[in-house]
This record gives sequence, C-alpha cells and structure tokens, in this order.
Amino acid sequence: MIRIPCPFCGERDHSEFGYGGDGTIVYPALDAPAEEWVEAIFERENICGVQSETWQHVNGCRMWLLIERNTMTHEIQSVRPAHEGVAKALEESK
Amino acid sequence: MSARRLQSGGLIDRTQTLRFKWDGRDMTGFAGDTLASALLASNERVLARSFKYHRPRGIMSAGVEESGALVTVGTGDRRDPNVRATTQELYGGLVANGQNAWPSVRHDVSAVNGLFGRFFAAGFYYKTFMGIPPFEWGSGTGMWMQYEKIIRRAAGMGEASRAPDPDRYEHGHTHCDVLVVGSGPAGLAAAHTAAEAGLEVLLVEQDCELGGAYLSEPGAVEERQNAIKALNDAGVRIMTRTTAFGLYDYSVAGLLERVTDHLSAPSEHLPRQRFWTVRARYTVVASGALERSIAFGDNDRPGVMTAAAGRTYLNRYGILPGSKVIVATTNDSAYTGAAELCRAGAAVTVLDARRSVDNSVLDLARNAGTGLRLGAAPLRAIGGKGVYSLDLAASDGDGWRADGSENCDLVLVSGGWSPVVNLSSHRGAKPVWDAENACFMPAASDEPLTMAGSAAGIWNTKGCIASGQVAGAHAAKALGKSAPAASAPSAGGWASPIRPVYEVTVPRKKLKSFVDPQHDVTTSDVRLAHREGYVSVEHLKRYTTLGMATDQGKMGNIIGLALMADALGKDIPEVGTTTFRPPYTPISIGALSGSSVGAHFRPLRRTPMHDWNLEQNGTMTEAGLWQRPWYFARAGETITEAYIRETDTVRKTVGLCDVTSLGKIAVQGPDATELLNRVYTNPFAKLAIGKARYGIMLRDDGMVMDDGTTWRLSDTDYFMTTTTAHAAKVMVWLEELLQTRWTDLKVHVTTVSEQWAGCAVAGPKCREVLEACVADKTVMSSEAFPFMGVIETTLKGGMPCRIARISFSGEMAYEAYVPSDYAMPLMEMLWKAAEARDGCLYGTEALGALRIEKGHVTGAELDGRVTIDDAGLGKMASPKKSFIGSAMRSRGDMGREDRPRLVGIFPKNRTQSFNAGSILCAEGKVEGLGEGWITAVTHSPELGHWIGLGFISSGYEPWAGKTVIAADPVRKGNIEVEIVSPHMVDPSGERMHG
Amino acid sequence: MTRYSAWSVFWNGLTGQKGWDRAWRDPEPKAEYDVVIVGAGLHGLATAYYLAKNHGVRNIAVVEKGYLGGGNAGRNTTIVRSNYMMPGNRDFYEHSLKLWENLSHDLNYNVMFSQRAHVSLFHSPASRDAAARRYNTMRLTDTDGELWSLDELKRNVPHLNYGPNSRFPILGAAVQKRAGTARHDAVAWGYARAADQHGVDIIQKCEVTGVIRDGARVTGLETTRGIIKGKKVGFAVAGNTSRLWGMAELGKLPIETHKLQAFVSEPLKPLLDQVVVFGVGGAHFYISQSDKGGMVFGGDIDWYKSYAQRGNLPIVQDVAECATSILPCLGRVRLLRHWSGVMDMSMDGAPFICKTPLDNLYLNAGWNYGGFKATPASGWYFADLIANDRPARVVVNHDLTRFERGVNIDERGAGPDPKLHG
Repeated sequence: MIRIPCPFCGERDHSEFGYGGDGTIVYPALDAPAEEWVEAIFERENICGVQSETWQHVNGCRMWLLIERNTMTHEIQSVRPAHEGVAKALEESK
Repeated sequence: MSARRLQSGGLIDRTQTLRFKWDGRDMTGFAGDTLASALLASNERVLARSFKYHRPRGIMSAGVEESGALVTVGTGDRRDPNVRATTQELYGGLVANGQNAWPSVRHDVSAVNGLFGRFFAAGFYYKTFMGIPPFEWGSGTGMWMQYEKIIRRAAGMGEASRAPDPDRYEHGHTHCDVLVVGSGPAGLAAAHTAAEAGLEVLLVEQDCELGGAYLSEPGAVEERQNAIKALNDAGVRIMTRTTAFGLYDYSVAGLLERVTDHLSAPSEHLPRQRFWTVRARYTVVASGALERSIAFGDNDRPGVMTAAAGRTYLNRYGILPGSKVIVATTNDSAYTGAAELCRAGAAVTVLDARRSVDNSVLDLARNAGTGLRLGAAPLRAIGGKGVYSLDLAASDGDGWRADGSENCDLVLVSGGWSPVVNLSSHRGAKPVWDAENACFMPAASDEPLTMAGSAAGIWNTKGCIASGQVAGAHAAKALGKSAPAASAPSAGGWASPIRPVYEVTVPRKKLKSFVDPQHDVTTSDVRLAHREGYVSVEHLKRYTTLGMATDQGKMGNIIGLALMADALGKDIPEVGTTTFRPPYTPISIGALSGSSVGAHFRPLRRTPMHDWNLEQNGTMTEAGLWQRPWYFARAGETITEAYIRETDTVRKTVGLCDVTSLGKIAVQGPDATELLNRVYTNPFAKLAIGKARYGIMLRDDGMVMDDGTTWRLSDTDYFMTTTTAHAAKVMVWLEELLQTRWTDLKVHVTTVSEQWAGCAVAGPKCREVLEACVADKTVMSSEAFPFMGVIETTLKGGMPCRIARISFSGEMAYEAYVPSDYAMPLMEMLWKAAEARDGCLYGTEALGALRIEKGHVTGAELDGRVTIDDAGLGKMASPKKSFIGSAMRSRGDMGREDRPRLVGIFPKNRTQSFNAGSILCAEGKVEGLGEGWITAVTHSPELGHWIGLGFISSGYEPWAGKTVIAADPVRKGNIEVEIVSPHMVDPSGERMHG
Repeated sequence: MTRYSAWSVFWNGLTGQKGWDRAWRDPEPKAEYDVVIVGAGLHGLATAYYLAKNHGVRNIAVVEKGYLGGGNAGRNTTIVRSNYMMPGNRDFYEHSLKLWENLSHDLNYNVMFSQRAHVSLFHSPASRDAAARRYNTMRLTDTDGELWSLDELKRNVPHLNYGPNSRFPILGAAVQKRAGTARHDAVAWGYARAADQHGVDIIQKCEVTGVIRDGARVTGLETTRGIIKGKKVGFAVAGNTSRLWGMAELGKLPIETHKLQAFVSEPLKPLLDQVVVFGVGGAHFYISQSDKGGMVFGGDIDWYKSYAQRGNLPIVQDVAECATSILPCLGRVRLLRHWSGVMDMSMDGAPFICKTPLDNLYLNAGWNYGGFKATPASGWYFADLIANDRPARVVVNHDLTRFERGVNIDERGAGPDPKLHG
C-alpha cells in the first residue's frame, strides 16, 4: 500500500486516489496541429525511477496532486496540488 | 513405533479431554493439543500421502513448515483441504480425514505409483504425453487432452467443497507505531522495549500462545510469564492466532486472524477469520528460524521429523514421541532436546556429523546418558509406514561411508536452521548467505524494518532477547523516542560451528532421498535438473517443483540450492537466493474478500424512486452499479409485450421514466461558459439563460467520450447531465482539466447526481401531465417554455423543481428534476396525472426502442472507437472553434469517408427479427470482417416490424436498396436486411417540437 | 540430441535417467551475430526459433539479463485464446492459436496446451450483444466461437454463483472451445531448447548496459559480458522496453510500464475444467485450474505505473472478491502465493512488431495482458520482420506510426490511457 500524504487530508492509502499519469506532459493549445497532440497524448518517457505524475484524491478532497514518486520503490518524494494557484495559496497559508 | 503421552509435563490440560474423529475413528486428545500432537499421542503414524508417488507421510515438524501431515478438516460445506495437522488446534468434535488417497491414507492403492518412480523423474511430463506413444506420433492436442484428464485427477491434494462457503469474514484496519511479528524471546523483548519508550506497539503471534521458542523450553515457564506480564503492563496490544502474512509498501502489513477455527461451537456473531491491514510506522520482524532436514535415504518415512519438533512434542504436548530415538544433527541445537528425551524415558543416540564438538555440548549428552557417535549421520531410514532402524554413515574425508545400522522408532534430524526471512524478502531485500552459520541471513533494509532474534540468525535465547531489545530501541530511535542503549549480539552463538551437511550419500548406493517430501522431489531430481541445464534456482524450482508445495519450500529449498551448488562446483549464493512471495502461510481467499461477497460484491445504487418503481411492478436491470426499471409488465405480459406497449403508449399518449441515474454536474463560475465551449464539440458560448443544449464531448484522441444535455440556469451556473455509465468519468475529467490544464479558468464543478432525482415525461400528452403538477400552469405554455427551454419552478405542494423540454424519445418531452427527498411525491403526482391520460410507466427497454426508432446513439454505439462523424453527428462538431479532440478527430484513417457510419436496419422480410451483435456483410460475401455490425435491435410499434441500428462502411447511401446479410452464426444464422437512414421514425423531428 | 518421447522416457527410466542432454547450452557470447535479440523471454526465444527455422538465419544470439523465461514468462496466468476482433489483431491471434495447437510437436516439448475452453461470462443483454459481435466476427473468419445459454453454462461449469444472492446475475457466456491454458515455463524451455538445437546462442546473465549506434544504425550492444555486435538487433523486453529505448537515445515510446499481479491457490482435486473470465461492475477477473491443481487467477493491474515486481493489498483484496463472488466455494480455499510482473502497456492496448527509427533495430513490445497467448505469432512475425526488413500484412498496423495515422485497433475502446487496457 502506497501511503500518500495529501496536502489537504493527511496521509491516506493510495486506494483512495485515482492515478492520472505522467505529470510532465504539457498539453498543446486546442488549436495546435495534430502532431503536437499525438506526441502529448501517446508518447511517454516511462521513467524507471523518480517521475512526476498526477493523482487525484477521488475518495477524499478530489484535488489533483502532482507527486514525485519512484516507480521502482514506490517511494514518494514530494506532493503538491497540481493547480499552481492552489499550491501557492496553500504555501502562503502555512 | 511407540509414541505415548506422558503422565505429566507440557502445556496441555489433561483435565479437559477432547473427542475427535480421524479417518472415521473416534479418538481423544487434550485441550492445548494440535491435531498432530493428539494423533501422535495416539500413535497414528501415516497421516497423508505424497503428491506423486503416494508414499506414506507422517508428522515432520511441529509448525507452519509442515510438509507431510496435510489433512482435510471439517465436512460438508465447511470442508478444508490441505490443513497442516501441526497447526490445527484440537477442539471437541473436530473431524479430520486423510486426503489424496484411496481407500485411506494407510492403505492407498495409488502407492503403486512408487513402483514406477524410476520413470517419473523431474520434468518427465515435458518429454511425453504429446502424441501417440511410444514416439509421439500425430499432431495437435488430441492426445494430450486425454492424458491431461488422467493427470489432473491424480494431481491436486485435498478436495475442496463445491458448496458456497457458509462462513463470514471481516476486514479490520488499524494503525500502530511498531508492529512486532512473533512473540518468541526476541519479539517479546522488542515489544517491551518499544512500549516502554512510549510507543504504541502491536504484537502479533501466529500461535495460540505467546512465547515462541519458550513454549518448548521446560525451564522457561516463569521467564515467559514474566515477559508477557510486562507486555500487558506496558500496554502492548497483543493478537494471537494472527499471522503477518505479507509486508507491503510503506510498512503496511497484512494479517490474518483466525477467530473460530479452534472452536467447537463458535458463536454465531463471530466471523471465521479477519483480514487486517496494519499501517505501522516501524516493523520488527522476530519471526524465528526453521530447522531444516537433511537428505538421506527414505528420509520421508513417517517417524522422521525435525529435532526441534521432537522437543516440542515432548515439552509442550507432554508426548514421548519415540522410545528408541536417534537424533541426527550437524549443530549444537539438538543436544538439549536429546537430553530431555533421554530423561523422559527414551533410549537416545545422538549422531553428530561433526568429528569434534565443544565439551560443554558433549556434557549435555553425557550427563543425560544418551549414546553419542561423532562423525556420524543417517544414511537410510528402514521401514514402511514407520521406521524401525536406521542405516548409518560415518564421516570419510569430505564424504561418507556406510557404517552399520541401529534400531530405532524415531529419527530426529537437525540439518541446521534457516532464519525466517520471508517478510523482509517480500520487501525485495535479497537474503545474504552466511557460510559460517550455513544459512541465509536477512539483508539490511533501508525501510523502517528490523529483524530480530533467530530471524536474524541468533541462535541462543540470551542473544535473542538482547537482539529484541536492540530492535525495540531502533524502532524507538527511528520514531523519535529514546530507549536504553543495548549492545547488539552477533549472529550465531553456538559453542562449536555447524558442519553444513545437506545430503548424506555413499558411493554406489542408490537412495531415494527427499528434498521436498510433499512434492516428492528427490536429490536425483535436482541432479537431473543440473544435467539438463536447469541450473539457476528459479529453473530448478520450476522444473523439479521443488519448493512449490503448500509449505513453499520452508524445509527443502536450502537443500536443493546446496545440491545444485555442489553439482555446479559453486558456492550457494552463486546459484541464487530464493525469493519468497506472500503469503507467508496460505490464507483463505474468503478472508481477503471479507464481506464483499454475494450480493455485496459491489455496492448497489438505487434511485430514490426504486421502491416506488417496484410497487408499480417494475422489473429492474443492472446499469453499471445502478439498478434501473427495465419494464413494467402488466398481468400476463412478457418483456417484449410490455416494452412494445410502453413504446406505443409514449408515442400515443404519455409515459414516465425514472432517469435519476444520469450523471449531474453543477458547473459554476465566471468561466463556466468557456469550459463548456472547450469540452463540447458544439458551440456553447451563446447558449441563452433558460435554455438547454445537447452536447458531445470527445476524448483527447478525438473519439467520442460522452454526450448529454447542459442547462444554463444563470450567467455563471450550468446544470450538466451525463450518461449513467460515464457520470464519474466525466466528473473526474472536468476536474482534471480545471486543476491541471486550464488552471486559469475560474470554474467549480460539483457532482450533484445524488442531489437530484429525475423523471422523463414523454409523449403527446406530456404537457398536460406537467400542467397538472406545477403550481402555476402558465409556466408550461409553449411560448413561456419552448423546445430546449429550461425553467426552475415549483410543483404543487411546494416542491422545488427544474424542468427542461428535451427529448430522447423523439416525442415532445420534458425531464423534471426535484431534490432527491421529493422523488416519491414527484412520482406519485406525475403518475396520477399520467394514469388519468392513459399513460404508462416505461423502463430502459422501451427507452431503448424509442431511441432506436429515432437513431439516437448510446453506449452501444459509442464504444470508444467511434468518431463523431461515424455516429452521424459530424454537424455537431463546430468548424469555428477548437475543442478537446478537435485537432485529433480526423487525423489519418479517422477522416476516411469509407469508415463505418451509423445506419438504420430493416429486415428484408418484415416479419423477421434479427439480433444486435450481428455482422453486416455484402450479399454473397458472408465472410471475413464484414462491412459493419449491428449495435441495437428493437421492435418498432410505429413501423410494425423489427428495426435496428448499426454501422456500415460509408454509411447508408451506397447500400440503399441493396440486400445486406446480418450474419449471426452464434445465434440465428443469416438474415437478409436492408440499410436505411438511422432516423427511422419522424425523421424531421416534428413531434418533439410539439 | 535425444528426442523426447514416451520411448525415451521409458528407456531413461530403465537406465537411470543418464541419457538426457542439456536442454540448452550455456555458450560464451561471440563477438558478432547476424541477429541479436535482447530478452530471452517467451517472445525473444520464439523469435530466435522462427528466425532459424523459417528463415534459415544461422548466427543468432538471445541475450538475457537474468535467466531465460524469468520475467513475465513465468508470471502470467497462462491463458491462450484468440477472441480478438479488430483488423490485424483478429488474424494475428488466430495464427497464434493455430501455432499453439501444434506447438508441443513442433518443439518436441510438451507445453501442455490444454484446449479446455475459454468461457467469458456475460451479465446483461448489452454485454451479450457485444460478445456476439466479437464471436460472430470470429466465426466469419474461420475461428470457433459460440454463445452458451444459462442452462448450457450450468451444465458445463456447475459451481459458479448462479444463486439468488449474486450481485450481477449471470445470463450466459461466450465460449471459445479451442482456447485454454498452457504450461508457461514449458513454453519458454521448449522454445529455448528448440532454438538451441538450431544453433541459437542463448546467453543468460548478460545484461545490456548500452546500445552502440553509428548514426541511424545499431552496431552493437554493451553488455555485462562484453560488447556483442549484431547486424540486426531486436528488442523483446516487455516492461523494460523504455529503458533500452532510452539507451538507444530514441526518445519516447507509446508505452507505460505497469504491474499486474497473479495468484495461485493450494493444489486441489479438479474443481474447474475451463478458463472462466468476467468483467462487470468495474471488476475484471480470470481463473483456471492448473494441471497440478492450483487455482490460477488474476484481475486488474495495480492502476499506477510501476517497475516493481511486487504487488499491493488493494488489488489482492479486489481479486479475492471477484474469486469468491463468481466461485463461492473458493472462500475456504487458501491462497498459496501472489506475485507480480511488469507489463508493457501500450496506449491502445495493442502491441508493436515493427521497424524503428534505426535501420537495423526492430521492436517487439506493448503486449499489455496479451503477451503469453501471443507468443508463437509474436515470434513468427517478428522473425519475419527481422529477416525480410518489412512487416507482414497481418502486422502492418502494429507499428509506432499508427497513432498519427489514426488507426484504431483498440479491442476495449478504452482510449489513450495505458492503465485502462487491462
């Protein structure tokens, strides 16, 4: 069981979360050409080691989180809200 | 053979006699016995048969490593096969039977297999059974399938009950600072130290009693009691009969607690077992060590067991397991037990493989009066269903030579000890070979995990206690507490070093020496594997099945490894370590399922009208986790008759349908319009307040994701509906977009699916019905409430309600939503008005018929491989804006004109029906992948015949007027059909505009 | 080399099992090969075998970081079926099944392919119709497939939960009788032995640590046993594909590595004669009984990306729930072992057998859950690709450009998210 320290709810089992995917993907503009979208949607670094990825606390606060996690050991290095504005507000509230 | 119960001694309660049945015979034992100890005390030797040769198997151990005494416990629907007699607590009324034998384990006709053992070498089945013997003529799998039937019947061990398991199981969840696994001297010390440091400690023990090795030490009674009292005083939580079966990420442990398996008549409110998930901050594993056997001739005979087991049966269960005992050892550990057996009245001879042994050890033997032969080892056990003598071997250089024989009725063997490293192995820590102690030691872990006691290779009680204290202090330190410093003992602790002996054999003597007695893996099998090149440990295991039996190689793996290392001329670690997988001991699948069984396998979602629908004689159908009304049959009606009537009624008067299961999302905020405009393919920027619009969403890859209507309630407030199937997915999708991609948009999305109950009111008389229900009927006028209009109003009696004039059926129709608590009164009120107008209730079957007639798509068509153009909805994709999927939706093949497009389907002969799932083929070419497929079929009362929806290449125009074959070889065969426009009823849509 | 047969088993029984040769050699790597396959899993070994057998390539090496058949080859639930319907997939998996049917004879190694029937339950009229489309497609392409009514199902598979307390009542099943199970290790060993007999060097404990490039060509591989040159190089390394791809400096791939757990119970006398699968209520489950008697079963992947060959409890629990819900007598049966493998999940659930941006490098990957059953055809077509430097018709769309070409061979219709293609 991976235990994810949700910035809003505290440490929780990973089964409360939904897995998003690669957190480093920059989605092109909606009117960008298809080639850019193909790259963003289909191509993956598929890192063995620490990767940035998105998770959603579906059965909790429903916030999307950006998590740095080792895909070999499952160790989590950092967790922050995926939304920069929310992340910043959270930081300031501390 | 003469095991017998002693008059005194042990931890059993001789005042409580327990009656039980073994193989149909009445027997007795005492409270505190295991099934094995009770049978041993009754001098039962043959308790089981081996997997392959059906050789007799007796008790080989006194614990979880048991590889011989596997029996079936219980009867009927509570029959449990493959139970280790050594861990099954005895209770009054227990019924146990032998297994894998006929007519009984004592007289098993399949023992004849043993005669052919020379042909059944490791992996022989990979070399034959392919074709017609003797040269495997032929092709295909025909012969193998015949052989397989016989092989399957011969294989397997016990027979499981076929009946549903009548017992209940529970799940528990708990947290602690420190989880201590095992309650031997090390575990007790670790738990105490950690608790004294102020930590919350959970101690789990698989046995019914705390104490571990203390339980077999006659002199440790007081020490054990004191240690337990100290734990209780320190507030340690203790769980007995609880196995920590696996360690998982983040110090999470899985535990299995056996609640009633030891009770004659368990209370009804108790579950049989509990599966606990423990989230610990630190774990101390003091899981002990297991004694290994030695491979020698016929070492599988009943009457050969581990030395530690002999000691346990004597000291814990008050049994003298043999009267003439040979103790064969390679290390110091067996001496104490040998002396105790001698004092208890047995004639004991110790064979020590070592040529010289420290005097302190020899004194143990001498003082007790045991015979002693140094440089000696067992060569072959003589006997059938028991042992009556032992051929001996004497040390000869590095090897052995035959050296006479000695009578005996019990052979106790100690080939050394293996720390139980399973749990740390679950964490991926590869055990490290320790040549000095001839065992695998747990690797250091970089997780909050410490091994203690004999699990860390510490062989004496004092060292184990110290090791436990150190582990407790480690835990304390790691969790920010302080504990008294203790000095760590070093591994080992015997007076003289072990002589690693894995096999005793002499030249030119053919012996059947077992490495894995349950699976009948012998030393020759290991050597054959070597000759054939299956040399890595994993190949060895898989090829010979060594270590794959129910004990998972707890006793045999190391011997197998050592023999392979020897054959290769390498050291053991070069051959490999074995990776232990969870669970540590087998655990019932029912416990893992807990209460999520039967009707509770998955949650059941009911709408707030559920009971009302049932009262109206609704039949329910599954829609994901929801149950929705399928049809409302009147007396004598079949489902077909019912839905045809319902469909017809909706087209002619009015019908009501519970649509609560649709997903509902409140989309609110200043940028709500912008969000909708980006996720829907069609324009939403100019949707007026008080209007609804049908919208389609695509996935990133341009395929259709979902559809639904979205209602504009105010400048910044929308009410979105989704399909039932995709409600959760769309919600997550919108949240993802807003929180990760479009973080500049000021929009909040909230799921309100549970807040609103909905009913579709469809048919020519729908306005009349709603007029009868709203407080102010002028709101329903066509001018005030046009097609695609939305109103928020009040129903009679003050019920708040939001209504949209939207149609899925193609008739003039509304969807009315009320807060869920008003669902029943809403239905009562609507139904009263509808019934008075010859209306009906309709379910999903009629809903389907209505939408098929109209060519409206649902999940049956939108299967994730369909583009918006395929679905005939290309016009809904705005060319003037970009939206999710717009860049991708016509790339390459997705833009091809000849893709399968949505069409309507009529049977050529209008009296015929046909099936969804049929493949559409050109006439005369009913083969291959076809030209398309049928997604949905219904009987249309309006048209008076069966109709369908489907996809066919290039759409309906090129096929118009041609005969097409609906091929359904798995059901109906071929039906001639014709392809029509998907809009089969009221194609211009006049009706819904009313 | 001794041919395996009832006669040789009998003779060796009489003569003390002395006549058996090594199943495969343990050669030192040569400096250069015509073809080097990376990965001695099922697909790599099968590729080497068919390269030698079908295409007469004589100088082949298969290099393996661990031991042959030590990855997913030995970690799967051994199901073989061909109930695929998308263009390309249909022909590919049926070709595979046909090869399976004669594989024991072809390899002279009993892989125990048991055509015991694959029974896919359905619980609603809609799922019945979806199954009908699939099985009709199979029938029209000369593959067996049928629908069983509830009565037929009860007669054939008696112990399923047909009771009133079933959460999702069973309506019937779609059945492929030629499908079944095989002995996974035997497949690896059988291919290894047969390839070795054709002169293929299987080099174990030889980890690739670097890919040596000369412009748009691969010239060799750096390994823990020295540099091995290859005129052509093929990757067949499942979950580790992206790592090798990275060594070749080829950027990203449409693959994510996820882990899939598998489970086996204690051995039991015959309890279930077919492979039974179902998917309902968000659950996904498959079970069969091995010839040794263990119930072998599995479910979904663990939902998050992982290279760790070990699983976590939520899926263990989920799979157990599926097991007891469909076979309620399994409640008392005990789980003996659970483990996990790392899967190369592609973005559409379909595999890659294709050329790469490098002229002489070929890729075999993206097998999702489907790798075991695909073994013979995967080896067959990958060998064909490598030998002829062009894909066969059947696999033209199993390439890396299909996404930009808008080709959809997604059997599940789940969309571009690897975790959904279980």
